[in-house]
Amino acid sequence: MLARPGTHGPVIHDMNAAAAALGMARGARVTDMRTLVPDLRVEEAEERLDHADLARLSHWCRRWCPWTRTDGADGLMLDTTGADHLWGGEAALIADMRRAFAQLGLTAHIAIAPTVGSAWAFARHGQEKVAVCPPDRLAERLGALPVAALRLDGNTVLLLERLGFRTIAALAEVPRAAMARRFRHGTPLPANPLARLDQAMGRTTEPLVAAAITEPLRSLRTLAEPITEIDSFSHVLDHLMRDLAIQMETRNIGARCLRFSGFRVDGGVSAIQVATSRPSRAPEHLAKLFENRIETLDPGFGFEAMVLDVIDGQDLALTQPDLSGETDTGVALSRLIDRLIARLGRQSVLRPLGHGSHVPERAEVLVPADTAMPGPARATTAKASELPAPHRPLRLLPRPEEVEVLHAIPDGPPARFIWRRQTHRVVRSGGPERIAPEWWREKSIVRLRDYYNVEDSDGRRYWIYREGVAGDGRGGNPHWFMHGLDA
Amino acid sequence: MEQNKNICYRAVMNARLHTSVLSPVPDRLQTLKPPAMARDRQGAEPPATADIQSPPLPGKPQLVEVFADSRDVGAVGFALAQVPRAQSILWVQDRMCAQEVGQPHGRALARFGGDPDRLILACARHAGDVLWTMEEGLACPSLGAVIGEIWGEPKALDFTATKRLAMRSERVGIPAFLIRFGGVAASASVARRRWRVASAASAPHPHDPRAPGEPRWRTELFRARDARPGTWEGGYDRTAHRLHLAAPLRDPALAAAALRREGDG
Repeated sequence: MLARPGTHGPVIHDMNAAAAALGMARGARVTDMRTLVPDLRVEEAEERLDHADLARLSHWCRRWCPWTRTDGADGLMLDTTGADHLWGGEAALIADMRRAFAQLGLTAHIAIAPTVGSAWAFARHGQEKVAVCPPDRLAERLGALPVAALRLDGNTVLLLERLGFRTIAALAEVPRAAMARRFRHGTPLPANPLARLDQAMGRTTEPLVAAAITEPLRSLRTLAEPITEIDSFSHVLDHLMRDLAIQMETRNIGARCLRFSGFRVDGGVSAIQVATSRPSRAPEHLAKLFENRIETLDPGFGFEAMVLDVIDGQDLALTQPDLSGETDTGVALSRLIDRLIARLGRQSVLRPLGHGSHVPERAEVLVPADTAMPGPARATTAKASELPAPHRPLRLLPRPEEVEVLHAIPDGPPARFIWRRQTHRVVRSGGPERIAPEWWREKSIVRLRDYYNVEDSDGRRYWIYREGVAGDGRGGNPHWFMHGLDA
Repeated sequence: MEQNKNICYRAVMNARLHTSVLSPVPDRLQTLKPPAMARDRQGAEPPATADIQSPPLPGKPQLVEVFADSRDVGAVGFALAQVPRAQSILWVQDRMCAQEVGQPHGRALARFGGDPDRLILACARHAGDVLWTMEEGLACPSLGAVIGEIWGEPKALDFTATKRLAMRSERVGIPAFLIRFGGVAASASVARRRWRVASAASAPHPHDPRAPGEPRWRTELFRARDARPGTWEGGYDRTAHRLHLAAPLRDPALAAAALRREGDG
C-alpha cells in the first residue's frame, strides 16, 4: 500500500489488489486502516516519479500511433484514427497492446471508442476488460454506464445521484433545456454533466493534443570512404561541431555532455564522451575538450559514418557581451575547468568545500570542481567567523604520518621529533588545540587529538598532534603524528 | 665618513625592523655607500654588496621560480604573499608534491589573503601535466595567479617549457609561480626571477612568547632579469597584503643576538 501526506497525517494513495480486498479505500487515513488491519505494509508514494514514468510510457505507446498523451495519474490516451488498419484492425490492435503491456507486467483496461470521453468511460467503468465500441452503438452502450463515467468531479456525481440519475441513459433522457437551466453555460467542465455528455457523444469536438516530441540534437556525417586517420576524425568533428552549434543556437540549448561516435565498417561503434561544467555551445571550446581524447577512438578498418550528439543539454539563452568587450569571468573559469577535466580526469580537478566539523580532514574536503556550489555551506561558517579562526597549516598531508617524539614533560609539547628519518629540534611550540572525536560519527575507540604548532631550529613549522592521552582507556601510550606543514 | 657610517648603520637597523619594500631608506643607503668607499674606509674586503642593496620591487606579472627544500613549505607562503588578494587561483601539483609536502589547505589561505572558495586544485600525474595545466591556466583571463609545484628535476621541465610559461604569463598578465620542491636549479630556465626560499625563525607571537608567530623566510634571489640578485629576509604583511623584504643584519654577532632574543621571545 502506498501512502501520501494528507491534511491530518498520511492517507492512502494507492494499494494492491490484496489490500483492496480487505476493504481499503483511496484517500482513507493510514492510521484508521491500521486499526482494521494491524500488519499493513505502507510505503511512501512517489507521485513525481510516477508521473515521469507515465510520461515515458506514453512515449513508448507511440509505437502504435503518433498521437499519445497521459491522462491524469493513471491513464493513457491514444488517437488511433488512421493507424488501426496498420495493425490489422481495431481488435488486432487491442490484442497487440494487451500483449505488449502484459510483457511489461502491467494490467491494462483498454477501450476503443469514437470519442475521447466515451473511451475514457469504457476503459474505467466498462464491465469488460477490452471494449471496442462501433460508432452506431455508442449511445446505447454509453447509456448503460453510471454517471461517474462522464469524467465529473465527486460533488457533481453525488448531486446527480441524489437527483436520481444512476446511469448516463437516465441523464440523456432529461430535456436539454431543463439540464441547461441547472448547469449553466460556463460551468467548469468537471462540474457540467451536459457538456461532458456532449463530449462523450461526439456532439462537441474534443481533440487529443499530444505532447510534441523533442528531436535529439545530433549531427551526422556519412563518409564516402572509410577513414582511419586521427587528423580526418578531427576534421569531421569540426564540421559536425559547427552543424551542431547552429542547431543548438536555434533551440537555445547549451550542451552539458557530448558524445562523438564513429560507426565502423565491421558494424562496431567506438565513442568518446566529454562533459562541461556549465552549458556551452561554443564550437571552439567544445572541440578543445575532445582534443586529447580523439586518439582513443578505435577505427578498426575505418569509420564510415560519424555522429556527434548532445546527450545532456540545458537551456542557454543568447547573451550579449558587455560594452567593455571582456569575456565573462565565470564562463572563462568554467571553460578552464572543463579543459582540465578533459585532460586530467574529474577526480583530479578539485575545489575545497567546507563542512561543519572540527576534525581537520573532515572540516574541508576536496570535491570535483564542476560540482555545483551548495548555498547553505557558508551559513555554518558565518557564525564561526565571529570567533578568531583556529590556526590551520598551509598544507595537510594526505594521511597523518607517525613521528617519534621526545618530550620534556609528559602530556606536554614535544622537545624533538623524528619525521621521515630526520630529527627536528623543537624551538617553539604553540597549543595544544584539543579536538575531540565526533562520537556521533565515529567508533568509541577513536581517541582525541592534541594539536601543536611547532617550529624547529631551522624555522620550519609543522602541525603535529598527539593521539589520545595516557590513561584514557582507549589504547596504550599515545602516538604522535605529523599532519601538516606550515609556512 | 664617520657620519656616513652612522647613517649607514641606522639604515641597516631600519631595514632590520622590517622597513617596507617601498621605503626610501635602503635606496638612500645605496647612494651613500658605494662599495669602493667602504673598501677605502675599512681597508678590508667589504661585505657582499648584494646584502645591503634594495630589495626588488614587485615587478609586472611574470614567471617566478622558487626553489625550496622538500621539508619546508616556506616557499609556498612566499609565493602566496605575492598573489593578488581574493582572486581565483589555479594551483597544480604533481603527484610527488601532494604525497610528500601535502595538499593546500583552503582554511589557511585566509591568512595569506586568499579565498578558499576561489581555489581550483589540480592534481597532475607528472611534471608534463603540471606544465600543460599551468599553460592552460595562463590562457584564462579570469585567474588571479597560477601556482605550480614540481618535485625534483624532471626532464619535461626544460628551457622551452619555461620559456612558454614565461611568455604566456607576461602576455596575459597573470603571475605564475613555479615551486620546485627538492630542485637544485640545475636545468636552464627562462623564469624572470629565480628564488631560493627557506624558513627562518618566525616573528615573536603577540600573545604567547613560546609559540611561533608570523612566518619569516630567508630569501635569496640568485637570478633575475629586472632586478639585482641578493639575499633578504622575507615576511608577510597581512594588513597590506604584500611581501616584506628586508636586508639581513650584516654583523654575524648582531644577527645571532637578534635571533636568540627572538627565539626566547
